[in-house]
Amino acid sequence: MEATIPVLILAIPLFMFVFLGLCGMKMTHKLAGILGTLGMGTVLVLSYYTAFTYFFSGAPEFINAAGERLQYMVFDQTWLQFTDKLAIKLGFFLDPISAMMLVVITTISFMVHLYSLGYMRDHHGVYEHGFQRFYAFLSLFSFSMLGLVVAPNIFQMYIFWELVGASSYLLIGFYYIKPSAVSASKKAFIVTRFADLGFLIGILTLSYYTGTFNFTELTSIPVEGLANVYQVNEGTAQGIRSIFENSAAPVFMGGSVLTWALVLIFMGGMGKSAMMPLHIWLPDAMEGPTPVSALIHAATMVVAGVYLVARLFPLYLMEETSLIIITVVGALTAFYAAMVACTQVDIKRVLAFSTISQIAFMMVSLGVARPEIHHGLGYMASMFHLFTHAMFKALLFLGAGALIHAIGSNDYTAMHGLRKHMPITHITFLIGCLAIAGIIPFSGFFSKDEILSSCMGYDWVAYIWMSLVAGMTAFYMFRLYYLIFWWKEHKVPEGHHAPHDQPWTMSLPLIILAAISCVAGFIPFGNLVTWDGHAYDFMEHFDWSVATVSLIVALLGIGLATVMYRKENSLPEKFRKALPALWTWSYHRFYWDELYMFITHKIIFNSVCRPLAWFDRHIIDGTMDSFATITNKASDAIKPLQSGQIQMYVWYYLIGALALGGITVLCLI
Amino acid sequence: MDYSQFLAMKQEIAILVVFLLVFLYDTFMPKSTQKGLPVFAAVLTLLATLGGFCSHCLGVDADTVAFAGMYETSPVIAAIKGILNVGVVIVLIQSIKWANGENMLMRRGEFYELLLVTLFGMYLMLSARHFLLFVIGLESASLPLAAMVALDKNRYESHEAAVKYILTAVFSSAIFMMGLSFVYGLTGSLYFENIYFAVSGQLSTLLIVAVAFVIAGIGFKLSLVPFHLWTADVYQGAPTSVTSYLSVISKGAAAFAFLVVMAQVFGSVYSQVWEWMLYALIILTITVGNLFAIRQRNMKRFLAFSSISQAGYIMLGVIAYNAMGVAALMYYILVYIFSNLAAFGVIGAIENATGRVSMDDYRGLYRTNPRLSFCMMLAMFSLAGIPPFAGFFSKFFIFTSAINQGSVAIYVLVLIALINTIVSLYYYLLVVKAMFISEDECVIPTFRSSFGERLGLWLTIAGIIGLGIVSFFYSSLLDLTSTGSLNMYFLG
Repeated sequence: MEATIPVLILAIPLFMFVFLGLCGMKMTHKLAGILGTLGMGTVLVLSYYTAFTYFFSGAPEFINAAGERLQYMVFDQTWLQFTDKLAIKLGFFLDPISAMMLVVITTISFMVHLYSLGYMRDHHGVYEHGFQRFYAFLSLFSFSMLGLVVAPNIFQMYIFWELVGASSYLLIGFYYIKPSAVSASKKAFIVTRFADLGFLIGILTLSYYTGTFNFTELTSIPVEGLANVYQVNEGTAQGIRSIFENSAAPVFMGGSVLTWALVLIFMGGMGKSAMMPLHIWLPDAMEGPTPVSALIHAATMVVAGVYLVARLFPLYLMEETSLIIITVVGALTAFYAAMVACTQVDIKRVLAFSTISQIAFMMVSLGVARPEIHHGLGYMASMFHLFTHAMFKALLFLGAGALIHAIGSNDYTAMHGLRKHMPITHITFLIGCLAIAGIIPFSGFFSKDEILSSCMGYDWVAYIWMSLVAGMTAFYMFRLYYLIFWWKEHKVPEGHHAPHDQPWTMSLPLIILAAISCVAGFIPFGNLVTWDGHAYDFMEHFDWSVATVSLIVALLGIGLATVMYRKENSLPEKFRKALPALWTWSYHRFYWDELYMFITHKIIFNSVCRPLAWFDRHIIDGTMDSFATITNKASDAIKPLQSGQIQMYVWYYLIGALALGGITVLCLI
Repeated sequence: MDYSQFLAMKQEIAILVVFLLVFLYDTFMPKSTQKGLPVFAAVLTLLATLGGFCSHCLGVDADTVAFAGMYETSPVIAAIKGILNVGVVIVLIQSIKWANGENMLMRRGEFYELLLVTLFGMYLMLSARHFLLFVIGLESASLPLAAMVALDKNRYESHEAAVKYILTAVFSSAIFMMGLSFVYGLTGSLYFENIYFAVSGQLSTLLIVAVAFVIAGIGFKLSLVPFHLWTADVYQGAPTSVTSYLSVISKGAAAFAFLVVMAQVFGSVYSQVWEWMLYALIILTITVGNLFAIRQRNMKRFLAFSSISQAGYIMLGVIAYNAMGVAALMYYILVYIFSNLAAFGVIGAIENATGRVSMDDYRGLYRTNPRLSFCMMLAMFSLAGIPPFAGFFSKFFIFTSAINQGSVAIYVLVLIALINTIVSLYYYLLVVKAMFISEDECVIPTFRSSFGERLGLWLTIAGIIGLGIVSFFYSSLLDLTSTGSLNMYFLG
């Protein structure tokens, strides 16, 4: 494959960022928006072409005679050569999951670009302040995310990982005059940065012991059941393997170095993917414009953690402990977020917690994936759910954006009964809800069913737990749906229009994403993305009992929601009275934010930061100040050297030359 | 005699042709066309540079020894000359407006002719494999510079600077020759190769003194402390175009020549004799340069001391004494050329428009001339070594190459150099602070700089940003030196 198209996929968004950032203010709002959208459209076409070529061309560099999909390095340039062995490279790397992610990212990003043309203006057609800046940041984000998924080595991934964090920071804080947006962007940045500290330590530990940053080499360790698909130097693979399999492998605090490295790397993923207890930034990040929430906080950036674990999956397979940690964290997060989503009032918060819960589903799915369980179904299911979830969650967020745009509030109590006024939004939102609830034939059913199947194969506790969460998902999504679109509508005040559907630039993305959510379940994903590159017959592992049960659970959840929220009635109130503690805790998100506030303000600030501040002010600053004073004094003292007299200059010259020789002579002879 | 030997000297001949054409233009073209001379010279030099690159890319540069072993060229040496050429082209572009000014009416041609002669001398220094040729090169790279420094006839400081320069240059030449006579007395030869083998293994007082004197002689051109005292006065007194030429091209050529001489002549006594001398000189140079730079208020004087401490960093590439060190040194000089010329470009533009060169005049410059202040800021960031600008990478590579040498002493040396970068950060940021943060009313009015000045700044800024981020430049230099085509014994 030529390198031109992959280079363009990265170069166009970067160029659009620089171009719109520098020249955006000199053009009209509309032109800037259209240019940004066209740029992203081009990238969309190129990415589709690349992914299509990779999956379907059947060229020998992508798929071998045995039908195994291969990793393909499009280009790999050395960027910083530290030593002979250690270098940072920048490259572009295709394998099933990176090709899939190219499609996901560019699809959602393009939809969001298009949608924002309508969303980022008020009802009179006046564009928001900073519209060009918004498109510049969107391009920067797309560039970073694309660079992240195609990274052939973990260091490049880290660089783009941080870039993604920075552009997310910029976009959450887009309304920088709103104090809540500013503090939300800071919170997101600080929490994910804290997690990335673990990630960095993990990377360095791993690379120190393996001597490589490259994914191909890191994941080439042949595990039982994994054919030697990856074409690497046998010697290197042997070397890496021996480091970890050696009985004398280094051990730190009870865990092997590999476990520590993998858990620390997973910590980075926990931050970006908002796993408990590092989830607190995601609900607040909803302060950004809604299209941003759809792009970053629903579909692309937040799955980076899942992607990271999937990328290093063969390594995780070597350490059972790390997979168990992933499963437990995922399962707890999924349940917790579903609980909270049941009582939130702000519709974007409900969607945010539902996102956390669904990403936790993917994590659990990776955590329970084993080669021996349905031949690694969990890995495939996780990636499948990533794909379908990105589509329907973006749809839900964009739908919520349309509602907020029409009503002017995030609160469902201000909505009610909108199904007549906004039919397009209503239908598409309903499709999104059905998909996330897991109703056949919408896409969520298929992916969630596979996740539950692999949980079933792993352990029945995991299966029941996750099924319960799936039921809760159906419940809270339909609660939201009924509260928005049913109930009795509010009276429109005099002189105001009734809420109505949006311009086509906003409707079109909704319709396209809804269509994808209807059909995506039928994509033969098992043929495309599997953990070892082998095509995978899905039907062979299909479990009718699991499918039936998951469908029944989903219907139960929807039924309960229908009973409680179809019409205004006293049931929710009774329920709330019956379980006051549970309701309050859920409504206050189990007081995680308060707990963090307590820990940071009361404990860390007092016991750690104060002594550090003292140390900084007195010891560090004192040292630096005295360093500066000494430098200044020395500078003053040698001033006479530069007398301006040529005789003195020559004199010093002679003394210098003689001293140089003389001292050496004295020392050596 | 085999006249095909002249083919090896194609870069020297190209410069000679440029010189002759400029000379003919200056002498015989009618007065009305004389204003075209600066552009004419710049274009011709550019062509010579491009010719050098073409022959490099075509791979026709080979290791060649000519004229009975007196002259040698190789891809590495050709690349070094190419790097110097790039710098000269930028200097020429930047000086177009100055050279066409009222002051220079009668002396325009002299500037270009003298400059090209010194460049020719530097080429000879780089290619010489015999001390006779080397001294001819050294002198023709030194003496015309004194005339260039004095070009600004109406300014008293210009004369003073020229006198100081010529006296110190003559004195340093004398010391250098004395060192050479010791070497000749010891070995009976002036061929580099003969000396290399003759001095290996035997340590004598005479040899050590000779090495010290040779280092002092070239150290004068590099302005290593304590042979640097002329630098500040000359940089301040000379016209800005000459100063920028002195500070980058002359210094760059001297650094390469230093590397060639030390490795090819005294390479066999590296660890016994001159490694320790260099340690002392590097520490002194970086530290003293920095300490003086802190208190300067005149921009040209300030950059003079900054360039002294930069010379200390450049020497780290010599002391590394490996292929990576050579590559890092070449890269450092390339980056230094771009960064320093960006700074001098801004200073020159402001001086040409308003005649102001004091740092105090730069207060609040951002509000009157935002683009110039931005260029200056990038130049300062690059000189200070702030990522992601090229200066960071060049410092990084030169430190890495030094550390690869591996001894404990080198770690201490690099540590001292690192601490000094903190000091240098302070004074480079002083300029940025004056331009951007100071609230004062700026005394420099808004003006539009000439086309040549802007083009020069665009080129240097592109270099400052591009050289660092695009890894191609450093890796190709590393490839070049790693293949061992530079005929230095330590490179095998």
